[in-house]
Amino acid sequence: MPDETRDQDIIICRDVHKWFGDFQALCGISVTIKRGEVVVICGPSGSGKSTFIRTINRLEEHQRGDIIVDGIELTNDIRNIAAIRQEIGMVFQQFNLFPHLTVMNNISLAPIWVRKWPKPKAEEITMQLLERVGIPEQAHKYPGQLSGGQQQRVAIARALAMQPKIMLFDEPTSALDPEMIKEVLDVMVELAQSGITMIVVTHEMGFAREVANRIIFFDFGLIVEQNTPELFFESPEHDRTKLFLSQIL
Amino acid sequence: MGSTVETAVRPPSYSGPVEWLRRNLVGTWYDTLLTLLSLWFVFVALRGLFAWAFFSANWEPVTGSLKLFALGQYPQEDMWRPGMIVLTVSFLMGVSWRVWGGTVRTFALALAVALGVVAALPVEMRLPLRLWFVANPALVGLGYLVGWSRVVRSRWVLLGWILSFVATIILLNGFKGVSWLPKVDTAMWGGLLLTFLLALVGIVASFPIGVLLALGRRSSLPVVKVFCVLFIELVRGVPLVTILFMGSIILPLFLPDGVRIDRVLRAMMAMTLFAAAYMAENVRGGLQAIPLGQVEAAKAVGLNGLQTMALIVLPQALRAVIPAIVGQFIALFMDTTLAVIIGLVELLGVGKAILNSKPEWLLLDTEVYVFIAALFWVFTYSMSYASRRLEAALGVGER
Ligand SMILES: Nc1ncnc2c1ncn2[C@@H]1O[C@H](COP(=O)(O)OP(=O)(O)O)[C@@H](O)[C@H]1O
Ligand SMILES: [Mg+2]
Repeated sequence: MPDETRDQDIIICRDVHKWFGDFQALCGISVTIKRGEVVVICGPSGSGKSTFIRTINRLEEHQRGDIIVDGIELTNDIRNIAAIRQEIGMVFQQFNLFPHLTVMNNISLAPIWVRKWPKPKAEEITMQLLERVGIPEQAHKYPGQLSGGQQQRVAIARALAMQPKIMLFDEPTSALDPEMIKEVLDVMVELAQSGITMIVVTHEMGFAREVANRIIFFDFGLIVEQNTPELFFESPEHDRTKLFLSQIL
Repeated sequence: MGSTVETAVRPPSYSGPVEWLRRNLVGTWYDTLLTLLSLWFVFVALRGLFAWAFFSANWEPVTGSLKLFALGQYPQEDMWRPGMIVLTVSFLMGVSWRVWGGTVRTFALALAVALGVVAALPVEMRLPLRLWFVANPALVGLGYLVGWSRVVRSRWVLLGWILSFVATIILLNGFKGVSWLPKVDTAMWGGLLLTFLLALVGIVASFPIGVLLALGRRSSLPVVKVFCVLFIELVRGVPLVTILFMGSIILPLFLPDGVRIDRVLRAMMAMTLFAAAYMAENVRGGLQAIPLGQVEAAKAVGLNGLQTMALIVLPQALRAVIPAIVGQFIALFMDTTLAVIIGLVELLGVGKAILNSKPEWLLLDTEVYVFIAALFWVFTYSMSYASRRLEAALGVGER
C-alpha cells in the first residue's frame, strides 16, 4: 500500500460481512475514513450501525472482508487487536462506567495499566480531561453519584485518556434526559473541532449538520447512501433515506 | 418552581428513647398487646434459663478446664507460642483500628475489654498468665498509637496480617530437633485453637481456589472447564463428613508406604476443597451479575483479559456476593465440629473428652454443650456483624 494513502486514510473497510448465527447483520460494508474526518452514521433501529462500529475495535468479529485501522489490519492476532484498541476510544449508549471506581480511577485506569504511565502523570492528565469536559469537581465521586450527562462526559474523558486517534460514539445521547443532551453534545462538538477522527452513531441531526463532514445512511446491514450534510438533508437520493428523514426531522 | 419559593420548614423529627418507645412499642392498642405478650414470653423463657444457669447448673467442668477448651493438649511448657500469637493479633488489631477504622474499632475494643476484664477477675491465676491478659489490651493500645504514624499504610497492615498467619502455623508447629522451638505433634493441638485453625485455613485457602474454580468453569478451554465443573459438582454432591472420612481413612490407602499426611492437615485439605466448591458457586453467581457492557468498556480502553478480570469483573462480582461468602464462612466455622468424627479434638472434641474424664462430670453435658454453643455464637455473630458492616461500607446494593 502506498504510504500517502496510508497517511490519508485512517480506517479502511472492504466488503465487511457479519453474521449472528444465521442472521446477517452486515452485508458488505465498504467505506474509507480520512484522518480528522467526522462521520455521522444514521439509520433505522436494527440496521447494523452498532454492529458496524463495534467491528472496528473488535467488540464484534467480522467474518468476511478487511478492516485496516491506521495501517494495522484487524486479524485474530491478539497483538493487532490490542494495538488497534489503544488507538480507538469508544463511548457507549449506556456509559458503561466502572461503578466500583471513582471518576478519577475510571479515567486513569487504562493509562496506568495499559500505557504504564506513573500514577501522578495519569492523574494529572485525568484532571486536564475533566476540565475539558467541564466536571473537574466530580473527580472523587463514584459514577452512581453523578447525573446521566455527567456520567457520559466522564465516559468521554475515559476514552480520551488513552489519547486515541479515533473516537467511536454509539448513540451517546440516547439514554439521556433531554436537558442533559446538550451538555454532552457540546463536548462532542468541541472534540470534533479539535481534529480527532470521529465516527458517531446518532440521531441528533443538529449535531450532524453542525460538525459532520459526511453522513452515512445504513439500512439492512448496507450503506444505502452517503453524502455531505448539506446534500444529504437537501437532496437525499433514495426513497428509504427520504422516508427515514421524514420520520426523524 | 416559581420565583417566590418559600423555604419550607422541615417537620421536626422527634428522637430520644421515650419517643422511640412510644412509636415502636405502644403505638396502637395492638402494638401494645404484642409488646406485652412478647415481654411475657421472653420473661418465662429466660426465667427458666437464668434460674438454671445461676442456681442449679454446675459449671465446674467448664471453669476447671479452660486451658483444655482453649488449647487442647498443647504442652504446658509451649503455651507461650499460642500466647505470642494472641499478642500479635492484639497488636495488629490496634494498628488496623487506627488505619482502617470502622468495624475494626468495634472488634479491637471488644478484644481489649474482654481480655482486660479477665485480667481483673478476682480469681486464682498464675502471675504470668495474668500479665499476659493485661498485655493484650496494652498491645491493642500500642498498635493504635503505632497506627498514627504516617509510615503505616493500609497494604502494610494487610501484609502484617498475612505474615502473622504464616508465622502462626510455623510457630505452633515448630521444627523437629530445634531445641527452643520443638515440634508439637498436631495430635496435641486442640480446643478453640484447633477450631480456629481449621476454620481459618479453610477460609483463607478456599477463597482463592474457589475463585479460580469459578473462573475455570467459565473458561473457553474445554479441559479446564470440564475439570472445574466435575470437581465442583462432585464435591457438592457429597456430604462434608464423607469427604473428611475419605481424607482420613481412604486417602492413606492410596498413598505409598511411608508417605503420611498429617491428620490435621488432611482435615484442613478436606475442608478447604469442600468449601472451595461452594465458594466457586457463590462467585459464579457474582460473575453472572456483571453486565456485558463492563467487559466491553474494559476491552475498549485496551485492558487485556487478565486485567479486565482482576480490575473490573472480580471486584464487582465479589462485592455482590459478600453476604453469601460470609454466610459460607460461618457455615465452615461451625462445620469444623465435624472433625470430631475423625478424632480431632477441637472444641466439641474437648467437650466430649472433659465429660468422660471424671465420672461425676458425665451427667453435666448440658453445661458443657451450652458453653460450647455460647462460644460458637459469639464468634459466628461477630462474623455476620462484620459482614453487615462491610456490606454497608462497600455500598453493596446501592449502585
Ligand atoms: N449479539 C447479537 N446476537 C444476535 N443478533 C444480534 C446481536 N447484536 C445485534 N444483533 C442483531 O443485528 C442487527 C443489527 O443490530 P445493531 O447493529 O445493534 O443495530 P442498530 O445499532 O443499527 O440499531 C439487529 O437485527 C440485531 O437484532
Ligand atoms: Mg445501536
